[in-house]
Amino acid sequence: MLKIQNLHVSIHGKEILKGVNLEVKRGEVHAIMGPNGTGKSTLASVIAGKEIFDVTEGTITYKDKNIFDLSIEDRAREGIFIGFQYPVEIPGVSITNFMRTALNEIRTYRGLEPLGAAQFLRLMEEKKKIVELHSKLSERSVNEGFSGGEKKKNEIFQMAVLEPELAILDETDSGLDIDALRVVANGVNQLRSPENATVVITHYQRLLDYIVPDVVHILFDGKIVKSGPKELAMELEEKGYDWIKSEYEQSKLSGK
Amino acid sequence: MERFNQTIEELYQEMIQTGSQQIPCRELRDQGMALFREKGIPHGKMEKWRHKAIDTLLVKPDQPFRPYRIQTEPSPYQPIDQVFKCEIKNIGTISYHLLNGWYVHQNKPLDVWENGVIVGSINAAYQQFPELVKKHFNQLDPEKQDGLIALNQALFTDGVFIYVPDNVVVETPIQIVSLVDTLQKLMIQHHHLVIVGKNSQLSLVHCNDSVHEENSFINNILEINLEANAQLHYYKMENKDAQSILVNNTFVNQAADSRFTSNMITFNCGYVRNSLEVHLNEEGADANLYGLYLVDRKQYIDNQVNIVHHVPHCTSNQIYKGIADDEAGANFSGHIYVAKDAQQTAAYQINRNIALTDEAKITTRPFLEIYADDVKCSHGATIGQLDENAMFYLRTRGICLRNARMLLMFAFANEIANLVLIEKLRERLNDMIKRRLSGELTICDQCMMNCADKENLIYDIDTTRLRS
Ligand SMILES: Nc1ncnc2c1ncn2[C@@H]1O[C@H](COP(=O)(O)OP(=O)(O)O)[C@@H](O)[C@H]1O
Ligand SMILES: [Mg+2]
Repeated sequence: MLKIQNLHVSIHGKEILKGVNLEVKRGEVHAIMGPNGTGKSTLASVIAGKEIFDVTEGTITYKDKNIFDLSIEDRAREGIFIGFQYPVEIPGVSITNFMRTALNEIRTYRGLEPLGAAQFLRLMEEKKKIVELHSKLSERSVNEGFSGGEKKKNEIFQMAVLEPELAILDETDSGLDIDALRVVANGVNQLRSPENATVVITHYQRLLDYIVPDVVHILFDGKIVKSGPKELAMELEEKGYDWIKSEYEQSKLSGK
Repeated sequence: MERFNQTIEELYQEMIQTGSQQIPCRELRDQGMALFREKGIPHGKMEKWRHKAIDTLLVKPDQPFRPYRIQTEPSPYQPIDQVFKCEIKNIGTISYHLLNGWYVHQNKPLDVWENGVIVGSINAAYQQFPELVKKHFNQLDPEKQDGLIALNQALFTDGVFIYVPDNVVVETPIQIVSLVDTLQKLMIQHHHLVIVGKNSQLSLVHCNDSVHEENSFINNILEINLEANAQLHYYKMENKDAQSILVNNTFVNQAADSRFTSNMITFNCGYVRNSLEVHLNEEGADANLYGLYLVDRKQYIDNQVNIVHHVPHCTSNQIYKGIADDEAGANFSGHIYVAKDAQQTAAYQINRNIALTDEAKITTRPFLEIYADDVKCSHGATIGQLDENAMFYLRTRGICLRNARMLLMFAFANEIANLVLIEKLRERLNDMIKRRLSGELTICDQCMMNCADKENLIYDIDTTRLRS
């Protein structure tokens, strides 16, 4: 479903991703782990279509389409959802209006009838339950004045409404207490299906107790340096990132 | 300009001869004319006119001179809905009309309500209630006024007079609709007067609209007097032809504990200058001045706000927001003056602008002049673009560029429209803002109060909110 080959990305001339390869199939859950500043969010942003990043080399295909041929909104309409590490505050735009506009644009793109007000409200009610979102929150402006946890819940709520085929969740666990973490993870798990795929980006193992991945990748210095089964996350937790670092440096040396 | 001034002299002669029966206060006109001769039309070298001169708009240097006309008598009576389709009833107001400079009525120049409220032609009121009118009419300091005020004094035709006696809460808002329907190049000057008595309350909706018009020049004065503990909500709406020049000079005088709220909304115009001067004359007076302007193409809006804290313990709050597209221009000049003795003043001012293009020209000039030491004053002014990060975020949810822009612009504008307390007017305004921002609302809509065609909205903003 998603295939990334030899992806190089830089910003203001500084190379951040240095040849990323990743393939995600329908029904799979992948975890991408790695220390801060290695380019995890950059990868998510490039998939979303953020224009400040320069893709200097490599390809990303999604459902056999070259993703760079799709506009930001068309990527979403084709079923990609990014749960952002830092969701944006949008004063004056209510979550309800936001989601209704988004959902109806996506439905129209897919040749479906837009939802009427009543139908839409019913859908909102249903989806709010998935992430235990308070009604009060959905009346408010998008993310404005939300706590860190509320913002993350709101991302999962949007995902529930938009029903993506590929969800990429960037540090959705950071800043959550254990209850919120459970709620968010439950939300994600409820939305899993053999048709869909999920990529969770995190640097703690703890989320993976709730969202169990099929594959764990370690991103380091702009590359995926190691991939393995879910146990890799445990090992990483035990040995710490220094382990990866020294292994990586050794392989670099022996490579030379 | 000489040719223009020559025309003014001719019009003046014409007015005092043919129009003399309709129009009282000859003395005032003579004074006005003398003052106009002295001051003339403001020019671009004057501080308050530097950013956009009006003289070169009135007399275009590169075009042959065509004099303005004044309609010196009212048009023969015809029901206003024959010229103008307006769904005013739907916002639940009682409306009064002016057409080409004259109060429209059928042998009833003054409407006296059971509760003592008087609404009607200022000329008629001047004759029937001279005491009441003279006390408040034209209480402007000639030294401080510019040539346009003088011009109005010399040549005004008519205006609306509203009087609310003491202790009357007017439940139904009053609406004034100033219409222009002519193919002549008309100069129209109204002089309105509104008096709200002690402990009384009024909501006033004031619209400036055009039906057919070509190059009209409208130069209005509105004087508002709020007596002790009176309240007035004043909603001003402008939807004018791109050729027209509209100048509004509004003067407000507030007594103790009175509250004035204005909301000036400009959707379309050629050139509009909204000048608002508020005097807080007695303790406890409170003024809330809001404005929203949405301009595009070559439109220009100039907001001149002047708030004068003469005495202690008064509060004022200004919030003006605008969006300029294409080559349009907007200015906000907000002057807060706090007199030496006006301790415990609280005065706030915010002006926020969005320039959608590089060509849009926006200026903002806060000016705080504070002579008291125990005051709370603040101001903030911004000129920016739509938030890139917010745009990106909206688009990653499948919302197209156009609608993402619309949502952000609507959110921006909505803050001001939501301060309108008349629910139906607020809904209508929000709807109009939506249409205006999506490029649908133009002067071609007969009335700015038209309902949107619900079927044809570009996108649907849901005003029903979730409740549980
Ligand atoms: N907008 C930006 N401008 C400049 N540098 C950036 C920007 N975004 C990310 N970077 C840089 O890219 C690198 C990777 O950042 P990021 O992808 O956020 O890492 P991670 O998500 O793995 O913590 C960091 O060195 C960061 O400073
Ligand atoms: Mg990150």
